[in-house]
Amino acid sequence: MAASSTAAGLETEAAGRAPVAATVWHFLALAAIFVFSVFPFYWMVTTSLKSQADALANPPVWLFTPTLEHYAAALFTKEVGATLVNSLIVGTATTVLAVGLGTPAAYALARFEFRGKRDLWFWFISNRMVSPIVLAVPFFLVARSLSLIDTHLVLILLYLTFTLPIVVWICTDQFRGIPPELEEAALLDGASRFTVFRRISLPLAMPGIAVSAIFAFIFSWNELLFALVLTRSQARTAPVAATSFMSGYELPWGEIMATGTLIVLPMIVFALIVSGRLVQGLTMGAVK
Amino acid sequence: MATTVDPLPAEGPTEDPMGAAGPRPGRMRLSPAVWFLAPAVLALAAVGIYPLGVAVVNSLHRYNLARPNAPTPFVGLDNYVAVLSDPSFWGAVGRTFAFLALVLPAELALGVLFALALHRPGLGLMRALTRVALVIPIATTYAVVGLIGRLIFNRQFGVANQALSWVGLPPVDWLGDPTLAFVAIAIMDVWQWTPFCALILLAGLTMVPRETEEAARLETTSAWSIFRHLQLPYLLPGITAILILRTADVLKLFDAVFVMTRGGPGTATELISIYVQRVAFRVFDQGLASAQAVILLVITIVLSRLYIKFVYREV
Repeated sequence: MAASSTAAGLETEAAGRAPVAATVWHFLALAAIFVFSVFPFYWMVTTSLKSQADALANPPVWLFTPTLEHYAAALFTKEVGATLVNSLIVGTATTVLAVGLGTPAAYALARFEFRGKRDLWFWFISNRMVSPIVLAVPFFLVARSLSLIDTHLVLILLYLTFTLPIVVWICTDQFRGIPPELEEAALLDGASRFTVFRRISLPLAMPGIAVSAIFAFIFSWNELLFALVLTRSQARTAPVAATSFMSGYELPWGEIMATGTLIVLPMIVFALIVSGRLVQGLTMGAVK
Repeated sequence: MATTVDPLPAEGPTEDPMGAAGPRPGRMRLSPAVWFLAPAVLALAAVGIYPLGVAVVNSLHRYNLARPNAPTPFVGLDNYVAVLSDPSFWGAVGRTFAFLALVLPAELALGVLFALALHRPGLGLMRALTRVALVIPIATTYAVVGLIGRLIFNRQFGVANQALSWVGLPPVDWLGDPTLAFVAIAIMDVWQWTPFCALILLAGLTMVPRETEEAARLETTSAWSIFRHLQLPYLLPGITAILILRTADVLKLFDAVFVMTRGGPGTATELISIYVQRVAFRVFDQGLASAQAVILLVITIVLSRLYIKFVYREV
């Protein structure tokens, strides 16, 4: 008690002595970080709201009359809407599949001891490191021989290479945090392992499962390389559509940036929801 | 299935005592574990291992998609020899590591500064706001980062040239000049990944015991000395993770650079993933591209082994 009040006293004293200049510098540093982080995004959004003349003005204009015409054009004449739906279908399906396959595996890694567990664990994590081009080259031939090019299914399956590991990782962590006593009581009552998993552990692990599902969805929504190589028109995803505008002389910058904004905005919302565990998701949990 | 059961000889002995120490015999526990693991293992093997096997097989054959009816004879290690003696392959490898050498120090240094500013007491609301802003670059779709890069570094109406004009410099053709294009893609990478580094390092800073830090602040007013002797040791695990992860990520880097420059002008920004993509899907030489992919995979496996060794203390 006494120690803490002394420390608090010293702290206020120190704060009182802290020169105003230091606080001003601190404020400026934080403001600079804020501008650094937000500016490119801000520039994309404002460009999407500029008329074509404003967007192509030299030097660039900072004040302008906003218009939503590019959003209408992108969604309805460039058919970006359909590609957003494709992204939604692929992202949702691969996420559901990854959660369905990944949660039992995560449960086993959290609850059972068995030979080779360590290697299995590392194999799941190693997928974080594999360059997508390494898989895209052979997978293209496999998909072609199975007539799966330009289908949702091929992307849904291939995206498991990164959605499954993230689900397994985050959910293993989550299952470990559930006290085993709860399950042991049910096992003694004669419930099977699977019943225990489904009725007791799975509901308790919901927060972690939700976080892992959001990560899986963000990763698949943001993916470009596989979609670029494996889709043509029917299953084309939104990032591929956004990049396809990049040809010809007169680029429709307003529509490109409107498409970019439509793609990124939902991801920022999702990332903010899981922002407390962003580091864990992006490092595969190495750093918490 | 065998993968779940077969131990590596080296790992086996360390696992045994753990298994024996458990309340039930290992045999009893193995069976439910297999059923829980099988779906995920089979699925990941089918999409993550089987194609790698196909890549290895293809890398040993002559195989060009542009000549679909040509025979695909077994050529042994010819493709590997061709890759390893190909200056354009080494050029791409060299550019990739030059890129890493450019962005990694910048991201680490800025990341440390960001983390220190966000960790410093005071200005609570402003710190919270800035912490939220860091999420934006991290969440931005990589392909869209490339689109934003093309907009900002546009020769005619790009805001980068406007910024140059404010300090009295003439406009430059960012994406048309080999050196400047390389700098431009590096700037976009630094924008996207510095917040990621900052958040990892910030997590490290919060591990410093509060009392120790407060005591140190009373001892000395030198921020450098506090950083060097108190905070830095807590940052080292995060820095190790960043070094390995960023290396792996630059080897993976494709989307943003492809959208921004397509690897050009010439081959100035053709990093390894973009180079392999070109050989596979523009030159259509699947044999050669497969050999390159396998080489890239070997580098990746080494990196992930390092990551697991240095970053995961317990499992």
